[in-house]
Amino acid sequence: MSVIYILWLRQIKRFSRSGIRIVMGFVQPLVYMLALGYGLNSVFQSSGKGSYIQFIVPGIIVQTIMFSSMFWGANIIWDKQFGFLKETLVAPVSRMKIMFGSVLGGATISLIQGITLFIVAIILGFRPYNWTYIPLTIVFMGMLSLAIISFSAGIGAVVNDMQAFVAVNNFLLIPLFFLSSALFPLDSVPTAMKIIAYVNPISYAVDAIRMTLIHQSHFGLLTDFTVLLGTLVALMSFGSYRFRQIQV
Amino acid sequence: MEPIISVKNVSKKFGDFTAVDGVSFDVMPGEIFAFLGPNGAGKSTTIKMLTTLLKPTGGELRLAGHDVTKEQDATRKVFGIVFQDASLDDELTAFENMQLHAVLYGVYRKEVNPRIEELLKLVDLWERRKAIVKTFSGGMKRRLEIARGLLHHPKVMFLDEPTLGLDAQTRNLMWNYIKELNQKEQTTIFFTTHYLGEAEAVAQRIAMIDHGKIVASGTTEELKQQTGTANLEDAYLKLTGTQVRDETLDSTAGNRERFRSMMKNKQR
Ligand SMILES: Nc1ncnc2c1ncn2[C@@H]1O[C@H](COP(=O)(O)OP(=O)(O)OP(=O)(O)O)[C@@H](O)[C@H]1O
Ligand SMILES: [Mg+2]
Repeated sequence: MSVIYILWLRQIKRFSRSGIRIVMGFVQPLVYMLALGYGLNSVFQSSGKGSYIQFIVPGIIVQTIMFSSMFWGANIIWDKQFGFLKETLVAPVSRMKIMFGSVLGGATISLIQGITLFIVAIILGFRPYNWTYIPLTIVFMGMLSLAIISFSAGIGAVVNDMQAFVAVNNFLLIPLFFLSSALFPLDSVPTAMKIIAYVNPISYAVDAIRMTLIHQSHFGLLTDFTVLLGTLVALMSFGSYRFRQIQV
Repeated sequence: MEPIISVKNVSKKFGDFTAVDGVSFDVMPGEIFAFLGPNGAGKSTTIKMLTTLLKPTGGELRLAGHDVTKEQDATRKVFGIVFQDASLDDELTAFENMQLHAVLYGVYRKEVNPRIEELLKLVDLWERRKAIVKTFSGGMKRRLEIARGLLHHPKVMFLDEPTLGLDAQTRNLMWNYIKELNQKEQTTIFFTTHYLGEAEAVAQRIAMIDHGKIVASGTTEELKQQTGTANLEDAYLKLTGTQVRDETLDSTAGNRERFRSMMKNKQR
């Protein structure tokens, strides 16, 4: 068994043993989807933009992935507090591998949550434009998840207490979600918001997932992919650098 | 012969506070070496520096010829460690904790299961191998940490108060196992303990540290001679004093000092 596999498995086991995490992981976005989707559907439709439910599902999938990924770094803080981190840090394997196995575990969990939500959306009446694009949707979900988890791991490596961690995350990531194109179409917003959405990498994740699910895109899939890949590389370097620097 | 552990003039500061202050000592391959000292003396900090968990503020640490600070990956292949405080994954079972360790340390595949079984039986946890560690008592967790630490056979074994909170039966079993390991595989053992009888019985050489500085080192006999005492405990007390190390007292004194200088500044 390889080191990456066993650390991945550890994350999966811990997740599958915690009922509350499994339930909360998709109850919250489900509530969003119902409230926003049904609540705003008529407003959206009367302004001639089609079904808001169709429009919002990609955004809510991004939200599910983002929120489950951004708190993933809390695992590192717990591992510091419960002492297990020492066990991995002194092991004769590179810290890159340790970080990679754990991050892959986190990304798998986020993906499971994102896909579960997608299935629920279908049950509620959501219809993807073309089923053959779904694997591509999953690739973009994975990239987004890995990027956010790496960032979150980096913060978890630097910060030692949970409150500070939650504060930093709330401060940095939640605005990124609300200021992205997740909840509104970019062509119909004031210029200031448009500019913010343009420099916000989350917009490109939303755009890519929206393109592959409902065939609507603002930037084009290639631009989306390039921006996401760049973000992923940058955040992974940040995360693994911070992780290598941990002292306990 | 080259020493397998070599510590030269090593210091560690936390902010203004110097936890380890210019410490030097050598340990030879195959030796059983005890590192003794009162609470807060700097033992665990020294071990953390030797095991790449902390970077020293100054000085040089070598393990089996590797520069610990610069060649971390090579250093980590040399040693195993039982930490003073908890380091298990509470959400996994006892067996899973052992398995994870075996993979991390690249224990030869065919040996993994038999060795886990042998060690869990040794510490009397085999029956409980499928229980989540969260449900274990303090002593059971400690026994699992020891078993896990012995799972792979490194060149150097660091044991930071391994017998803390263990019953006498388990302590005996553990020391017998470690002595055997030392004899069979020439494993170097570096341990700390507050049971001086244990150190006297097991250690071939001893270093004593107090307030971050080495105050004496040698065999038990040499330490007794140096201090003119009859046993290790008396020698220890003579070298490190009989005063209790109360950290909170120290820090209250520190606070009082800070408060006083603050008031002075205000008056000016
Ligand atoms: N991360 C840290 N930040 C600040 N001070 C620290 C830190 N780690 C240790 N210290 C301080 O360094 C000193 C030495 O601590 P250390 O844990 O090495 O003692 P020790 O000899 O192992 O004691 P014990 O017998 O109680 O385990 C103590 O005064 C402790 O408060
Ligand atoms: Mg200690």
